[in-house]
Amino acid sequence: MNEASSAEPVSSADAMIGIDGLRLWYGDHEVLHGVSLGIRERHVTAFIGPSGCGKSTLLRCVNRMNDRIQGCRLEGSVMLDGTDIYAPDVDVVQLRTRVGMVFQKPNPFPKTIYENIAYAPRIHGIARNGVAMDELVENCLHRAGLWEEVKDKLQQPGTALSGGQQQRLCIARTIAVRPEVILMDEPCSALDPIATAKIEELIDELKNEFTIVIVTHNMQQAARVSDYTAFFYLGDLIEYADTSTIFTAPNKTQTEDYITGRFG
Amino acid sequence: MNNIKTSSAIRRRYRADGRFKVYCLAAVLFALLFLVFFFSDLMTRGWPALLQAEVQADIHYSEVVAEGRYRKAIDKSLRPLVSRGWLRTLPLYLEDHPQKMGSREELWVIASSAVDQYLKGHSSKLKLRHRKLVDKLKSEGRIKLAFNTGLFTRGDSKMPEIAGIRSAVVGTLYVLFLTMIFALPTGIMTAIYLEEFAPDNRFIRLIELNINNLAAIPSIMFGLLGLAIFINFFGVPRSSALAGGLTLALMTLPVVVISARAALKAIPDSIREGALGVGASPWQSIWHHVLPLAMPGIMTGSIIGLAQAMGETAPLIIVGMIAYIPDSPDGILDAATVLPAQIYTWAGEPMRAYAERTAAGILVLLAVLLSMNALAIGLRRHFERRW
Ligand SMILES: Nc1ncnc2c1ncn2[C@@H]1O[C@H](COP(=O)(O)OP(=O)(O)OP(=O)(O)O)[C@@H](O)[C@H]1O
Ligand SMILES: [Mg+2]
Repeated sequence: MNEASSAEPVSSADAMIGIDGLRLWYGDHEVLHGVSLGIRERHVTAFIGPSGCGKSTLLRCVNRMNDRIQGCRLEGSVMLDGTDIYAPDVDVVQLRTRVGMVFQKPNPFPKTIYENIAYAPRIHGIARNGVAMDELVENCLHRAGLWEEVKDKLQQPGTALSGGQQQRLCIARTIAVRPEVILMDEPCSALDPIATAKIEELIDELKNEFTIVIVTHNMQQAARVSDYTAFFYLGDLIEYADTSTIFTAPNKTQTEDYITGRFG
Repeated sequence: MNNIKTSSAIRRRYRADGRFKVYCLAAVLFALLFLVFFFSDLMTRGWPALLQAEVQADIHYSEVVAEGRYRKAIDKSLRPLVSRGWLRTLPLYLEDHPQKMGSREELWVIASSAVDQYLKGHSSKLKLRHRKLVDKLKSEGRIKLAFNTGLFTRGDSKMPEIAGIRSAVVGTLYVLFLTMIFALPTGIMTAIYLEEFAPDNRFIRLIELNINNLAAIPSIMFGLLGLAIFINFFGVPRSSALAGGLTLALMTLPVVVISARAALKAIPDSIREGALGVGASPWQSIWHHVLPLAMPGIMTGSIIGLAQAMGETAPLIIVGMIAYIPDSPDGILDAATVLPAQIYTWAGEPMRAYAERTAAGILVLLAVLLSMNALAIGLRRHFERRW
């Protein structure tokens, strides 16, 4: 096991998601070289590291989005609440209802705002159309801090909103499925500072209910929103600790160089 | 040293640019000229077919007529002017309407093609005394050129004045409908499989290569294939709309597959990931999100494929759809013909009246094809969207 990652900030008893010895290849290209870390329930964990180090790849392993990629193969295990999510009897569709995802580029469905939220609950039978669905939609939009802005235009297309609103719509759409974990891959990289601040506020609220894993290139953002931070470099987990430790007293010089902007 | 003032080299470049523009414009004008020539030629030829000479005649429904001597239904003097083809329908008409037996009726009846051509000012083998008679009747207002409804309500005939495109149009509709219900679902499903589900291996690549090549195969080959498979092997009746529809479906399939794949490819992956991310199954993500977005593109391609099929003659000749079919088919197993085949048959007839109808048939075909293409463009415009 990687020596650096042995300094576990999250004990395996606390970990909701346990990644152990994860190696991943795209074709012949090994992208992750045995990553192990535990992610704590109802806390925000940030993944940082230079471009191409495998943050997105690791994140996408947690809801098996990588299954879609031809020639992607992995070793090791990813446990969610003690079940190996790569076990043959695990249903990927079911898994994704427990582990939601918010993408880098806001990608609302080209349907109405209402329909964006209502779609998933409907296919999962969480709510039927009618009053129950209306309430659910309103509730999700409230929690995503979007209700006041869109309550009068629920029947307008979601794609007509601003980028920041679209991203919050995507978050609302994700929490409508009532997942336990929300994965966010650079959710603010396409947004301006004000929209970013709104999303960060939202993350702060959501962590009371959800386990959040966020990939970000923005050091301040990682410092602001996360409880734990993992620093990756070239497919290895270099350091994983309390966010305050990482940003004030990192153990590794690589980490320090990266967060102080000396490389990457 | 760079100089922003015009130098001779720059002027030369501008001149080259200018020449290039002129060449391009000339090419466009050349193409346009052809188009204008083609259309005006067709119009001037096809237009007269929309008019048909009619004579006012006193019809006597007598026993003799019912027995088959139909020429006796009108006055001897008018007989050479009236279409024999029309007169020949009288016994049958009397059989269907027995209450008319013994009565008389003043009717505008279809004139013979010689009279028709004479009235339109074309060369005609009408005899001199009959010409005089026509002139006289015309001045009395008892002979006229009227709109040729028969062109659209009658089937093919050996007599040009009563030949129409109806059976060909009905045949075309049958064939096109069959082509559509065979080619569209198969083509779209194939595209979905190849684009969304198929693993990237040698076998799939081979299939893709074949489909792409299929689109480039001369259409007559599909006729031979249709003949061998559908008619000889499966025993589909020759000349039937089913045989034609299946054959054209084979031909249209690659077009549908290719255009549907292009439409699916154009849908950004973020839509699929968004749907999968909220726990939609792969099939749900395609059925609920990707396919509705791709549908306009798929329809556009399919309509163009169908339009192509509609204008196709060669493969249909091979499966026997070029036969002389005066009656509209009553089902998909009846012998049928299609518009392009009808045009082809008429084009081979030496009589001038057929030449007119050929051009008119082409005009109808073109009108339908153009409206199909316009529909395709309209669909594309209407559903154009951003994400
Ligand atoms: N679909 C793919 N097929 C092949 N290689 C891939 C694929 N996706 C990513 N990679 C490779 O895997 C490595 C890690 O990529 P990944 O997207 O996880 O990096 P990242 O840390 O998220 O980078 P960034 O910060 O730029 O988003 C890179 O070298 C990349 O080239
Ligand atoms: Mg990334």
